[in-house]
Amino acid sequence: MNSSTATALTAGGLLASAVATVAIGAYGVRLARTTSDFLVASRTVGVRSNAAAISGEYLSAASFLGVAGLIAKYGADALWYPVGFTAGYLGLLLFVSAPLRRSGAYTVPDFAEFRLGSPRLRRVAMLVVVTVCVLYLVPQYQGAGLALKTLLGVPVWIGPLLVGAIVIVNVVGGGMRSITFVQAFQYWLKLTAVAVPALVLLVHFGTEHPQLGGPLPPTVDRPTTVAVDTDVVVNVVDPAGVSATGPTLDGALEAPGQYTLPQGTTLTLAAGAQTPVVAGAPATGAQWIGNGGGLGGKHPLYQVFSIMIATFLGAMGLPHVLVRFYTNPDGRAARRTALAVIALLSLFYLFPTLLGVFARLYVPQLLITGKSDAAVLLLPVAAIGGLPGALIGALVAAGAIAAFLATSSGLLVSIAGALSTDVLRGRVRDFRLMAVIGGLVPIPLSLAATNLELSRGVGLVFAVAASTLCPLLVLGIWWRGLTAKGAAAGLIVGALSSGLAALVSVTGWVDDAAMRGWPATLIGYPATITVPLAFATMVIVSRLTRADVTADVARIFARMHVPERLGMGVERVPRG
Amino acid sequence: MTRPGRPQRERVVLAHRRGTRMVHTRVEVQEQTEVGDALVRGLVRAQLGLALRLAAVVAGGMAALPLLNSAFPELAAVTVFGMRLNWLILAVLVYPVMYGVGRLFIRLAEQGERDFMGVVDEDGPSR
Repeated sequence: MNSSTATALTAGGLLASAVATVAIGAYGVRLARTTSDFLVASRTVGVRSNAAAISGEYLSAASFLGVAGLIAKYGADALWYPVGFTAGYLGLLLFVSAPLRRSGAYTVPDFAEFRLGSPRLRRVAMLVVVTVCVLYLVPQYQGAGLALKTLLGVPVWIGPLLVGAIVIVNVVGGGMRSITFVQAFQYWLKLTAVAVPALVLLVHFGTEHPQLGGPLPPTVDRPTTVAVDTDVVVNVVDPAGVSATGPTLDGALEAPGQYTLPQGTTLTLAAGAQTPVVAGAPATGAQWIGNGGGLGGKHPLYQVFSIMIATFLGAMGLPHVLVRFYTNPDGRAARRTALAVIALLSLFYLFPTLLGVFARLYVPQLLITGKSDAAVLLLPVAAIGGLPGALIGALVAAGAIAAFLATSSGLLVSIAGALSTDVLRGRVRDFRLMAVIGGLVPIPLSLAATNLELSRGVGLVFAVAASTLCPLLVLGIWWRGLTAKGAAAGLIVGALSSGLAALVSVTGWVDDAAMRGWPATLIGYPATITVPLAFATMVIVSRLTRADVTADVARIFARMHVPERLGMGVERVPRG
Repeated sequence: MTRPGRPQRERVVLAHRRGTRMVHTRVEVQEQTEVGDALVRGLVRAQLGLALRLAAVVAGGMAALPLLNSAFPELAAVTVFGMRLNWLILAVLVYPVMYGVGRLFIRLAEQGERDFMGVVDEDGPSR
């Protein structure tokens, strides 16, 4: 078993996954004829296939790679990310799913116009939708670059280009109708790809039973060399067996403490040596296994609450998820779909959690550089080894590429749907043009933002979604007093505040230590501030402009909330 | 039974009596008369109340976890079935709870809708 065979197997897995995606998409293309097919699959998708498609679309690079990486690095507090990613659907089920479907709208901006009767608000909502989707595409492309670099050693820009090309071809070909098949398939592929290594390692773990929560950092079980390619600060608890060569250090480390490793340093760990851990992450097992340590940076309790707010409410503002609820035949099916999604996600997230734990045991060297997003990809070969390890590694690679493809396809359908119906005339040709443009724009952005962990990046997008579309939907569905001006003001305030926070935290302009760390923490986890701010703006501006409340609000409310059997539903279709 | 058309007329009258009431209330909802609007308001209020109550239970429970953990750190270290309590709750137990709450919501929300349809279709509102 040599490394070139493993690489060939991995490349085969990637290729098979990509080919299957295109082939299933092509099968669906035969069914896609009308604009309604392209936008909402003609509203004929059943509960099961829609739930699998939503889960397939939702489980992105952040879930497939990022969650395990964060758990390996930060331990128990990182468990809040998968919990929140799932809880978002409970919020969606309780507050949004059935009324949103009964509104008969076909995109989120269309819902805004249906509810508040303002074409101008529709355009504001369209801009927000496109912004959220483009921001969300960035971590997907970024994850693709990371995965291909880790697995095949190709330059980092190849991943985004490749994934972008496949997704554009698929979406241009078949729109929503074909995407539904692809995404349902990809849920099951991803589940397999993450469950098999987790279960195999669980057996492995059961026979060896290494210590997890001890007072010491994780140890490497064979001699390991790590090259540092960006400057990093690490904590060393016990320097025995650790040596470094590089611009500032040469030879064995002398004493415990913090070391700055500049770019170009090479760390060598002897078998059994304790791994240095990047500063900010818990170094010892005892710190890692307990809650309350946060996710790097200061004020851990605040971080956890902000993650909860962003993820619980963020799913209600993700346009690519919301648009899938329009494909159900009625409100009842929409509710059942949301519940089935909760079940599918609960099943899925068991495995990245396990893999995160195993990553800390078997590939602790990732903790030195802190780039733990690669953990899931490296784990099978490192921990299982031999031909089985390489085969499972190929399966994981196939799952990872499926994750990028599924989420990116859904996002691109949303971008193209919103732009083609609101900027152009909503013909199939317009949809295709906008899909090409929307797929290309995030590629340069993803190459610029390489330092953010995938789950953190997605967490920021959730904060933007929770501060914009979530209040629009929740207040629009439940509060008669909402006005078009109020909704527009809230969308703009929420988008600007959360978007600026995301931008500043990606670029790292704020000093982490300034003012006891509060500015950096607030900007890194903005939801606690920006979500209430957006809700408050919508309510206050609506109260000030209460004369503008839509005259037929009673009819609109009846249509959203009364069961379909009464025969009030009207399916909206794009003009043109 | 001297004239053959008679039973037929009786049936029509019966259906007509039930039917007018059904159509009346339906039309009241569909055309947002005061009565119809009041019915819809009642439905919306009931569904929102249900959703808010369940959301408060879940959000309150979740928010209590980190607070409890920081107040009583030794509680998280308790081992149940070979797993630490904090991992058992956050990695396993929260998921079935969320599913259960979702199921309960669907049951109660559909019950609410059935009650609403019952009022609209059969008994008519008290006027």
